[in-house]
Amino acid sequence: MAQAQEHALTADALQMEREWTLPDRGTVGVIFLIITETVLFSMFVAAYLIYIGKSLTGPYPKDVLELPIFASICLLSSSGTIVFAEHALKKGELGKFKIWWLVTILLGLYFLYATGSEWYKLIYEDHLTISTNLFGSTFYSLVGLHASHVIVGMTFLLVVFFTTLRGFPIQTQERRVKFLSWYWHFVDWVWVIVFTVVYLLPLKVF
Amino acid sequence: MATIDYPLEHPKAVTPEFSFSETLYKWVATVDHKRLGLMYVVSALFFLVVAGIMASVIRLQLAVPLNHLVDPDTFNRLFTMHGTTMVFLVGMPMVAGFSNYLVPLMIGARDMAFPRLNAFGFWIFLLGGFLLYFSYIGGGGLSGAGSAPDVGWFAYAPLTAKAFSRGAATDYWALGVLVSGVGSIASAINVIATAFCMRCPGMTLSRMPMFVWVMVVDSWLILVALPPLSAAQIMLELDRHLGANFFDTQAGGSAVLWQHLFWIFGHPEVYILIFPAFAILSEVIPIFSRKPLFGRPAMVGAVVAIGFISLGVWAHHMFAIGMTSWSNTFFAASSMLVGVPTGIKIFNWTATMYGGKLRMSTPLLFCIGFLLQFLVAGLTGIMLAVAPFDWQLHDSYFVVAHFHFTLVGGLVFGLFAGMYYWFPKVSGKMLDERLGKWHFWLFTIGFNITFVTLHFAGLLGMPRRIYTYYPGRGWELINLIATIGVIPQAAGLLCFVWNVVQSARKGVPAGDDPWDAWTLEWATSSPPPEYNFEKLPVVRSSRPLWDLKHPQDPDWKFE
Repeated sequence: MAQAQEHALTADALQMEREWTLPDRGTVGVIFLIITETVLFSMFVAAYLIYIGKSLTGPYPKDVLELPIFASICLLSSSGTIVFAEHALKKGELGKFKIWWLVTILLGLYFLYATGSEWYKLIYEDHLTISTNLFGSTFYSLVGLHASHVIVGMTFLLVVFFTTLRGFPIQTQERRVKFLSWYWHFVDWVWVIVFTVVYLLPLKVF
Repeated sequence: MATIDYPLEHPKAVTPEFSFSETLYKWVATVDHKRLGLMYVVSALFFLVVAGIMASVIRLQLAVPLNHLVDPDTFNRLFTMHGTTMVFLVGMPMVAGFSNYLVPLMIGARDMAFPRLNAFGFWIFLLGGFLLYFSYIGGGGLSGAGSAPDVGWFAYAPLTAKAFSRGAATDYWALGVLVSGVGSIASAINVIATAFCMRCPGMTLSRMPMFVWVMVVDSWLILVALPPLSAAQIMLELDRHLGANFFDTQAGGSAVLWQHLFWIFGHPEVYILIFPAFAILSEVIPIFSRKPLFGRPAMVGAVVAIGFISLGVWAHHMFAIGMTSWSNTFFAASSMLVGVPTGIKIFNWTATMYGGKLRMSTPLLFCIGFLLQFLVAGLTGIMLAVAPFDWQLHDSYFVVAHFHFTLVGGLVFGLFAGMYYWFPKVSGKMLDERLGKWHFWLFTIGFNITFVTLHFAGLLGMPRRIYTYYPGRGWELINLIATIGVIPQAAGLLCFVWNVVQSARKGVPAGDDPWDAWTLEWATSSPPPEYNFEKLPVVRSSRPLWDLKHPQDPDWKFE
């Protein structure tokens, strides 16, 4: 009797083990990493919003900022191209993957170039540095925080690209490529917020 | 056929002899959650002793009026380093240490979700600690001004501005805390991923031990509360080194922004610090009352509620800066609201003990001490949440007494309960009960002598952080008594250290399950092998070990 009960329990345990599924740890880890990064960004966004119009001296946003429309289009469309690359990888089309990956890298690089030349203009022509006024402090810290995240993402994109070119079987790392693409989407969507707060709001509203 | 699901008998691991360098390498290069957890707890205890000595010097300086034991600059450094160390180098690594060691064992996993990230978190925390303490040597910077930071643990602007804080001490403070914060975030992500993704078969969220639940919410709070501090510290460093104007009022910046950013972190932080004690109590009290935790769903609900409400109470630290009355009202109300789930927890622990078969061992004694003292802390907290009352007592010793009642009377008592409870699991040896009782009574009496009296110092108007005071204000006797209370506390701590050292060497062997407990960490050997469980357990209720030990009367028939 007792033995029969035990057998039933054992069979039950095996059944439970077989049916037991849990979320992927990488997925959970990346989601919470993105949550904590979001909080970090929102503090800098808040600082920018609080200090809009509080600068004691110029230059003010209206005098010097231009809408970086083309760069924004590039960065946002790189979110699409990385998805194409992912799909190609899933289907096993390695050539297509490399092309879309390269396009993503080029779009990201153009965005970084645009940020760099914008800063060059602001610093050398408009004489706006981080210490000039509150606008400078909040602008460079928020845009700089975003740009540094783009650089981190770009580093990973380049690592994937060059290791793949050298023959690394990237199709075995589909999961990690997915996480990298999530991070890239996150950086892009932060740019939507930054674009709205830093460029649209002072130029169009205030 | 013996048990299939829960292997109770384990082959005793053969421990070969290792040379010193081999042992060192094993510890330094380890990614094992148990070793990392132990290293966290041991380094936290080390910093606890360091910061405790600082506190004793502070108390000695204040024992009598017009005392000149240390000079004013040293005094400022002492309370800054004491506060910073206790919060960031004692409290935070205790969170990480306890959750690292216990979460995988309790959910029947072999390690954390990201073992290497775990090791990274520990070492970068330790680097942060070294950076902070290096300020004693390098804090003067090139100008040779000052040594350790002296801006208080919340480092209000404009004290931290380059003009008022020359040298590099404030930079060491900001960078040390920033770096150790990265470690806390790494370990928090790890705990959440572990609890969600590594549970053994059958361990649903509703069966997950209360300890793990609390630690998951704690990690959530770390993830959303630490970045504001990091942001503030990045801004501070930009101000100090690149001439940014965030906290520079002369350029239109705002010193109040620092306060907001700091307390958006700072208030959730006190819940981050107290949660390990909540977690420990939720495990220890049921075992020592021989009753399952009373109102478990309400306990989970309460802890999740605290995890959200505590994010919206921060400005009660800032009633005195002159906010609008709407802000004052909002933050007073939300601060009182957070008392509701905390009250639920206190009631449920008490109800767990009510009618139970109490075993008055040291862990339960510390829990009872926690309950009474944390209740006092909660009540003074509600008092301080009333904005006009806070205007009267802001920055006084009443506040100091209040938060030492939460963090020492609450957190430290909870941690001691946890250490007495899990030491047998970690070392395989029991801690000595007699010394444990000495530790408890000496520490409790000393703690209450010091901090009950300090409430009255605050009510009599003694401000915190003063270097010394004139006689004739009615503070002399209170301060003397408060300083005398240090002696039993130190003696109690010595009992504890002696107890740990002696018991680890030649304590009574504990066996796998000395407390007749119900959670999975007691289903493996003491100390657990590197792989934790030979065969991953299968769980059918929230008390899996009870089911195993009572096959005729398992919990899962009733859940």
